[in-house]
Amino acid sequence: MEHPILFISVILDWLGLPVPHGPIGATFLEKICEPYMTYSWLVMAFLFVVPKLTLGKLELVPGTGQNFWEVLVGGIMDFFSAHMGREKAKMLFPMLATFFLYILLANMIGLMPGFMSPTSSLNITLAMTIIVWIMHHVLGFRYHGWKYYKHFTGPIAIMAPFMIILELIGNVARLVSLSMRLFGNILAKEILLAVLFMLAGAFFAPLPILALGVLVSLIQAVVFVLLAVIYCVGAMEHAH
Amino acid sequence: MEKLHLALVCFAAATSIGLAGLGAGIGMGQGVGSACAGISRNPEAKGVITTTMILGMALIESIAIYGLVIAFILLYANPFKEALLG
Repeated sequence: MEHPILFISVILDWLGLPVPHGPIGATFLEKICEPYMTYSWLVMAFLFVVPKLTLGKLELVPGTGQNFWEVLVGGIMDFFSAHMGREKAKMLFPMLATFFLYILLANMIGLMPGFMSPTSSLNITLAMTIIVWIMHHVLGFRYHGWKYYKHFTGPIAIMAPFMIILELIGNVARLVSLSMRLFGNILAKEILLAVLFMLAGAFFAPLPILALGVLVSLIQAVVFVLLAVIYCVGAMEHAH
Repeated sequence: MEKLHLALVCFAAATSIGLAGLGAGIGMGQGVGSACAGISRNPEAKGVITTTMILGMALIESIAIYGLVIAFILLYANPFKEALLG
């Protein structure tokens, strides 16, 4: 499959920076000029600049920009509070809301021709999954101390050694499943768009996939954060 | 690469996603059917049932995605490429 044309990579190439063509670069400068890194920074820059432009000063009677952000942030906070309760939602809100907005924007940016989703690379999704995984274990240990192991023993005391092995395997499988789900969905969308564009681009063949892609991007962002919430709640609450 | 080996790799990739998609299709069909039955019995719980259904769909679909990732690995990042080419 030929190399796709990515705007930021073309600009960096024109500026003289070494843009690699494989999945991993050789030198450090090549590694940070990889398309998933540069597009990740683009999404981050978007998330910095747009709220600054639309929010401005907080007023009592909100204008359009502030109204939009109130709906968004309030909606996400209500969604977390329904699962976790108000104080725990406030504690976890910065991390999980950042994940939600970043993943949503990162998924959607791949729908535009000339751009690539940073989440279509396993590096990005696995990094976020590792953060969520370590976080829910840290929360479990913080809320339960060393009795956290009781979460893994299951209901019957006699079967405890067997259940601990099973539960540990299932817990480590969360690393694989959470990262692979997001990575596979977004990579499949990107490859499908590229192939359809190559095959029948003049006849607007990618159009149904673009429509499906918007839905998939939104749903995958919601599912990632929802599963992160469920893991954290499961670690923080009492065992059976 | 001998033609037979290339053909076997392609067939394996196609079968991987094919069978994974079959399982996911059956599972998701039963999920949507149960969700529709639940909504028809209790139209007021539409919001909760829809959210649960979407969450369940994404989790079942991830199994099919595992098959797709294996197919991509076989085609584009084959770990046995040197043994197959040499």
